Amino acid sequence: MSEMLIKNANVCDPVQGINCETMDICIRDGKIVESVSGSAKIIDSEGRLTMAGGFDGHTHSAGKINVGRFMNPNDARKNLVPGLSGQVARTEKTRAQVGYNTPNTYAIGYRYAKLGYTTICEAAIPLLAARHTHEEFKEIPILDKMGLSLFGSNWQVMEYIRDKEPEKLAAYVSWGLRASRGYGVKIVNPGGGEAWGWGRNVSGLYDPVPNFDVTPAEILMGLAEANERLQLPHSVHVHCNNLGKPGNYATTIETMKLFEKINPSRDRQALHVTHVQFNAYAGTSWRDFETGAPMVADYVNGADHMTFDLGQVIFGPAITMTADGPVEYANARMLHEKWSNQDIELEDASGVVPLFYSPKSFVNAVQWAIGLELALLVKDPWKVMFTTDSPNGGSFVNYPEAFTYLMSAKRREEVISGFSKMAIDRMVLPGIDRELDFYELAVVTRGIQSKMYSMPEKGNLKVGSDADIAIYDILPGQIDPSTEYAKVKKAFSGAAYTLKDGEVVVKDGEIEATPKGKVYWVNAKVPANIDSAMQKDIDVKFRKYYTVSKSNYMVEDTYLQKPVEIATEGVF
Amino acid sequence: MKIKANLISGRTADQGAHLEAKTHKGYFDACTYCELNSADLARLGASEGDSLKVTTEFGEVVIFAKANDGNPEGLAFIPMGPWANAVLDPDTHGCGMPGFKGVPAEIEVTDEKPLDMKSLMKKYMED
Amino acid sequence: MPVIKDAVCSFCGSLCDDITVTVEDNKITKVGNACILGHSKFVGMFEHDRIEIPMIRKEGELVPVSYDEAIEAAAKILVKSRRTLSYGWCSTSCEAISGAIQLAEETGSVIDSTANVCHGPTALAAQEKGSPSATLGEIKNRADVILFWGCNPVHAHPRHMSRYSVFSKGFFTEKGRKGRKMVVIDVRKTDTAKLADKYVEIDQGSDLLLITALRSIVNGHEEVIPETVAGVPKAEILELAEILKNAKFVCVFFGMGVTQSRSKYKNGDAVSSLISDLNQHTKAVMIAMRGHYNVTGFGQVATWETGFPMAIDFAKGYPYYNPGETGANDLLVREEPDAAIISAADPGAHFPQKAVRHLARISVIQIDPYANPTTEIADVVIPAAVVGIEAEGTAYRMDAISLHMKKLIDSKFKTDEEIVKDLTAKVRELKRGA
Repeated sequence: MSEMLIKNANVCDPVQGINCETMDICIRDGKIVESVSGSAKIIDSEGRLTMAGGFDGHTHSAGKINVGRFMNPNDARKNLVPGLSGQVARTEKTRAQVGYNTPNTYAIGYRYAKLGYTTICEAAIPLLAARHTHEEFKEIPILDKMGLSLFGSNWQVMEYIRDKEPEKLAAYVSWGLRASRGYGVKIVNPGGGEAWGWGRNVSGLYDPVPNFDVTPAEILMGLAEANERLQLPHSVHVHCNNLGKPGNYATTIETMKLFEKINPSRDRQALHVTHVQFNAYAGTSWRDFETGAPMVADYVNGADHMTFDLGQVIFGPAITMTADGPVEYANARMLHEKWSNQDIELEDASGVVPLFYSPKSFVNAVQWAIGLELALLVKDPWKVMFTTDSPNGGSFVNYPEAFTYLMSAKRREEVISGFSKMAIDRMVLPGIDRELDFYELAVVTRGIQSKMYSMPEKGNLKVGSDADIAIYDILPGQIDPSTEYAKVKKAFSGAAYTLKDGEVVVKDGEIEATPKGKVYWVNAKVPANIDSAMQKDIDVKFRKYYTVSKSNYMVEDTYLQKPVEIATEGVF
Repeated sequence: MKIKANLISGRTADQGAHLEAKTHKGYFDACTYCELNSADLARLGASEGDSLKVTTEFGEVVIFAKANDGNPEGLAFIPMGPWANAVLDPDTHGCGMPGFKGVPAEIEVTDEKPLDMKSLMKKYMED
Repeated sequence: MPVIKDAVCSFCGSLCDDITVTVEDNKITKVGNACILGHSKFVGMFEHDRIEIPMIRKEGELVPVSYDEAIEAAAKILVKSRRTLSYGWCSTSCEAISGAIQLAEETGSVIDSTANVCHGPTALAAQEKGSPSATLGEIKNRADVILFWGCNPVHAHPRHMSRYSVFSKGFFTEKGRKGRKMVVIDVRKTDTAKLADKYVEIDQGSDLLLITALRSIVNGHEEVIPETVAGVPKAEILELAEILKNAKFVCVFFGMGVTQSRSKYKNGDAVSSLISDLNQHTKAVMIAMRGHYNVTGFGQVATWETGFPMAIDFAKGYPYYNPGETGANDLLVREEPDAAIISAADPGAHFPQKAVRHLARISVIQIDPYANPTTEIADVVIPAAVVGIEAEGTAYRMDAISLHMKKLIDSKFKTDEEIVKDLTAKVRELKRGA
């Protein structure tokens, strides 16, 4: 039994509605409890800002990132954020580290923990390659992990939707989650991954997928219905069609509208749309490209069924990696950059392309502005999750830098002053005064995730929650984040303390301990007869089309480090 | 009669089938030969099964002659393994990969017999 | 008589997982679906020259010792060494590879894989231009034009064509071979070339010229092509370009002809560029024909653990990567290492003479199930279980899909994973004592 008492914590816990109140936090055996005995170890927070551990709900940190590492060895030496990047020799407590946008697994664990983050969600797990994600998970220290499994261009999914077999579709989703040990349903450019199998794409929600006779809209609705039937903890997680194209904000709003009729089966959103920045573009080409954020924000402000995350751009080198294969090929050709691609049989596509966001490029400047416009124009922070779609918009080690953009109009002005007139004409950000406070920052970096992913024990400091805690070297009452943004950035770049399950893992920005984190996955129960019927269909797929045997497909138990199985029951 | 050829090495099914049996005669049989077009063999005055000495800038090796008319004239093939490696190019030219394909060689008939694997390796210990 | 189904074959990069294995009295007596290489692996193993006991070379001869003595001797070599080369790690599991990387990190060694003499240049090519690829099922289900460039699957990947490529039947390729065009480009008419619809013979060392010519045509500049390129007449090159451009789905499989011939990694760089250009007209991908069953796995594990796929130098305490400087053959030719630990590969057989000469001079630790040319020059020899048969573990197929290899029979031998663990523990103990 191990007890800890954090005294004088200046707690910011939006889930409990606590806004910078000083209190003690009691921890026993890795959980937050009502009280502890006199023999508890004491940490005196000295009035410093204390939040639940950060929760990155959409990051590319295990699996596809390896393609990024492999083709960009030049990233290994990049040290753009000293203390959180570059080559670091091994120590007694830590393995050797490399990288900036695509750090090695050990660096990912250490660096997130230094930022006060304690949970990450891998944004895209291909079913056939899921074992790889879990192998990387095992080598990421400290953090709790989960992942979203790809279903949006899957042959079996499309056939069940085309043939109107919703029950078997749900059974397949359940099986796919079990096979990949995934946590939720990820949909990327629905239908486009299959079109990319022939080098094509889908042009919008109603453009039918070649050879499969379903539209992206039908795929979205079919999977949403299955998601709710299975009562999964997360809603479907959608990367919209037409990502990266000027004018795509219309597709994005259309997609969001589609979900107005979906009834969530749990107390959460019906839809989560990811990295909306890349999907909030107006104009008709790169010449007249301009922000579409006001239109998207307008819709979101009137909607009550959805959440989204930013996909904020960070200036400097980034590495794009996504299941949106066609986008990556287009990127590579347009930017004359190296291009990797990995189409996954029967399931989906992917591509990886390095690029550089420059404040001197009016397009990049507007992209940078759009992410912030979305965060600031959407009034209710409980609809907003902060991400950079790491490393697509930029590496997660830049989160503290990005926080200063959200919290300080002055800081934003500084950056905007370096933009061309053309860039400024295409954005609305200069006219926005709003600044997020610590409370709202806590919402978008840990609070919203608690509800979004139906994880009551994460993202908050309630009694009963995991003792994943971050203490930052900030006295909330004595700092003005609007002007003292440099201090804010410094404090968030290296936590005074990060605790994981009640154990101190970071102290004064340095790694203290490297315990193994848990991996969460969802096991959704489905009636045996429906499951059998579905198995007969996929048996055919394995016999005729896949190149691995069905018996070798599922991720075996041995690949799960400290697994937490979340059981749900489908409604049939 | 000496001929010049451009030497390459590579896999064969037989060589692969003995990958885990390299002390067996089967491995010796699978690797200790040089394939040449029949016209090249005729120029050498060699028949299949004769011993040939292959010399390059990097060393020399004795192996058996084999005919393969899939080879264009002037192309010599020795299966990958210690015999081929006795004469291939160790220089990676700054990229890490040695010269396993495309080494200028001189080939002639010889009375010497090919060394078995252990004898060949023993020479490395004696150097 | 238990028959194990869907066993994974641990021989070549095809990583077939439909092998049926009959076990009688803890011996594999029969395999189904395996090719000649797989047969040698599963059934042949009982006839191969197994290293039965650990040995240490004393006065020129290998003498039997206990496992603990061998571990101690090996650990002493590593602790005393100032520059160790750790090499091989490809005919083993990802789990063992992970342990080997940790050991290399702790001892400041250079660790490299068999890619050094195989597809290392492909990694360099990908680092220049990227790797536009797909899983093998995409080929089976979609590809109507298959080009084998500088590779010979009949010999090196015997089931590839029936399982994944030319002869396979898939969703959009029900006609199998009849619906496909098979093209082979090589310097000689191999057994694979004999099966081709179109065989293009090129001058030795001229691959880069032909790829560049094809790119010019694909990009609409056929006027710059001379009458002959790489020994191939212009008309034939034009015809080849048309076949590629007019395909529904092209896959270029490539091997040592591309990586080892003159221009080395620039060939792979050019193929990648050609694939990118072809995608302006049709769908095209490339897949490297990886040799050993888990050389891809080494690349994957090394990349996620160290940031680099091969040739990793830990001398500074953090990973440093510079093939041409830190590759296994580079180090040996410069006579830099004073010790080597070799596992799951056979540089004695597969490295050129100058590199082997240096290996023979230095202290060499070998971890392997079978006696081979490296054994002839090794100083400490530790027998290991055969991964994929006597030991389970993960392996990655040539298209980066991983599978879990089962343990099929029991054995008295320790696994690579265990040996590396014991060695690491001993090294730590000796370092602490010093």
